[in-house]
Amino acid sequence: MIRTLGKTALSVVSELGEFSIFMLAALSGFCVQRHRIAKLVLAIHEIGVRCLPIVLTVGLFTGLVMGLQLYYTLVKFGAESALGTAVALSLIRELGPVLTALMIVGQAGSALASELGIQRNDEQIDALCTMGIDPVGYLVGPRILAALLCFPILTALFDLIGIFGGYLTGSVLLNVDSGVYWYRVFESVSWADVSGGFVKSLFFGLLTVSVCGYRGFNTHRKASFPGVRGVSESATRAVVWSSVGVLACDYLITSFLL
Amino acid sequence: MADAFLKIRNLKKYFGSNKVLDGVDLDVARGSVTTIIGKSGIGKSVLLKCIADLLAPDCGLIELEGQAIARSRLGNSGGQGVSFSYMFQNNALFDSLTTAENVALPLVEDSGLKRVEIQQRVAAMLQQLELDASAQRYPGELSGGMKKRVALARALITQPQVVLFDEPTTGLDPERKFSVFEMIADYRARFGFTALLVSHDIPEVFEISDHVAWLDAGKIRFWGSPAALQVEAEPMLAGFLSKADYGRKNKLPDEE
Repeated sequence: MIRTLGKTALSVVSELGEFSIFMLAALSGFCVQRHRIAKLVLAIHEIGVRCLPIVLTVGLFTGLVMGLQLYYTLVKFGAESALGTAVALSLIRELGPVLTALMIVGQAGSALASELGIQRNDEQIDALCTMGIDPVGYLVGPRILAALLCFPILTALFDLIGIFGGYLTGSVLLNVDSGVYWYRVFESVSWADVSGGFVKSLFFGLLTVSVCGYRGFNTHRKASFPGVRGVSESATRAVVWSSVGVLACDYLITSFLL
Repeated sequence: MADAFLKIRNLKKYFGSNKVLDGVDLDVARGSVTTIIGKSGIGKSVLLKCIADLLAPDCGLIELEGQAIARSRLGNSGGQGVSFSYMFQNNALFDSLTTAENVALPLVEDSGLKRVEIQQRVAAMLQQLELDASAQRYPGELSGGMKKRVALARALITQPQVVLFDEPTTGLDPERKFSVFEMIADYRARFGFTALLVSHDIPEVFEISDHVAWLDAGKIRFWGSPAALQVEAEPMLAGFLSKADYGRKNKLPDEE
C-alpha cells in the first residue's frame, strides 16, 4: 500500500517535472525560431479567430440563462434591481474565464493534441529533428504564446456578450429597468474584478495549451495504444486533464485573490 | 576499412531487457551505397535512428570523417544539420504544406539563407527531380512515387554528406520500387552523397549497393560486396537469403 502510494507520488512528481520542462522548452524554443511573427499570427488565427464564434455563442446563452435564473431568485427578495450586479460579477469573476477556457480546450486544445499525435505517428516530428528544427519550439511554442494573448481577449468578449445576454432577458423580456441594470453593472464592477479575471485567463491559457501540446507531442510514450487509438486517447486525455486543470486552477487562484 | 567516411563502433541500444543493437561495428565508404539487410524487427531502423540522433544509443561511437558526432543541440531528439538527412519509410511530408514548401522547410527554418536564394535552390531541386509541375500541389494530391521524390528532394536540399534511407520502397509496386532504386543511384551519382539504406527488397536493392551489411542478433554478421554474398558460408545468412529468394542459385546483377 505504502509502496504503491510512493510509486504514484513519484510518478506524479516526475510527470509534473517533465511537463514543466516541456512548457519552458516550448517557450524558450520559440524565442530562437525564425519567422516568429508569421508563426504567431497563424497560431492566433487557430486559437483566437477560430474559437471566437463558439465563445460568443456560449457567452450569449450563458448571459441569457443567468439573467433568467437570477431574476427569479432575486425577485423573491424584491432585489431584482441587483440583477446587473449579479450577472456582471458572476461572469467577470468566475464564469467568463472558466467557460471561455473550456470552450477553447474543446475546440483548439483537442485539435492541437490530435494534430501533434498524428504528426508523431507519421514521423513528421522526427523529420523536423533530422532537419535541425526544434519540434517543441516550432509546433508548440507559438500556440502557447498565442494562448497567452487570446485567452484574456476572448474572456473579455465572453464577459461583454454575457452581460448583454443578461440585459436581454432581464430588461427586454422581464422588464427590469434597463437604466438600473446598466447602472448596477458599471457601479459594481471594480478593476480588481476585471484584472482577477484576466489573471485567471492567462493561467488557463498557459495551462490548457501546454497540457494539450504535451499530450499530443508525447502520444508515442503516453498513450496505451499505438496508431489512431493512441491519437484519440491523447486528444481525450488532453481535454479531460485541461478541463480538470482549469477548475482546480480556478479554485486556487480564487483563494489567493479573495 | 581504414579510411571509413562513417565509422560505427560497439553501438549498443537496449529497450529494457531487449538488446536490439548489441555492439554494432560498421564502416561506410565516402560516396558509396551501403545496404543494411536483416529480418523484420531486428533493429535496422533503430540503427539508422541512432545515427541520425533520433534515438540516443546506450553506448558506442559514431564518427563522421574521423570526428565523433556530437549529440545534437536539441538533446535526445535533435537533428544533425547538414551532415545527415533522413528519408523516412512513409515520407513524413507535411500535409498542410505544398511540395515546394515541404522541400524548402529545412532551409527556411535552419539555414539563414535569403528568401530569394531559397526559392532558387528549391526550384532547381524540383526541376532536377522532375517535380517542378507539382510545386504548388499538396502531398495528398501526389502519387506514391512523387511523394518519394518530394521526400528525397527535401532530404537533399541541405546538401547533406550522408543520406539515410529507411525502407524507401515500402508500399510500392515492383515497377515503382525499381524506379526508386534507380532514382537513388542516379541522384547519388549526381549529388555525390553517401547513402545508407535499409531495405527488404532482395535482390533488387543489390543493383545499386556497393556494400551489404547483414544485421542479426544485434551485430553486423556480414559486411561486403553483393558479389561476396555468393560465397558467404554463414548458414544463417544463407538461410535468410534463400527465404528472401536470393540463394546461390540466383545470379548477381553484375554477373548477368
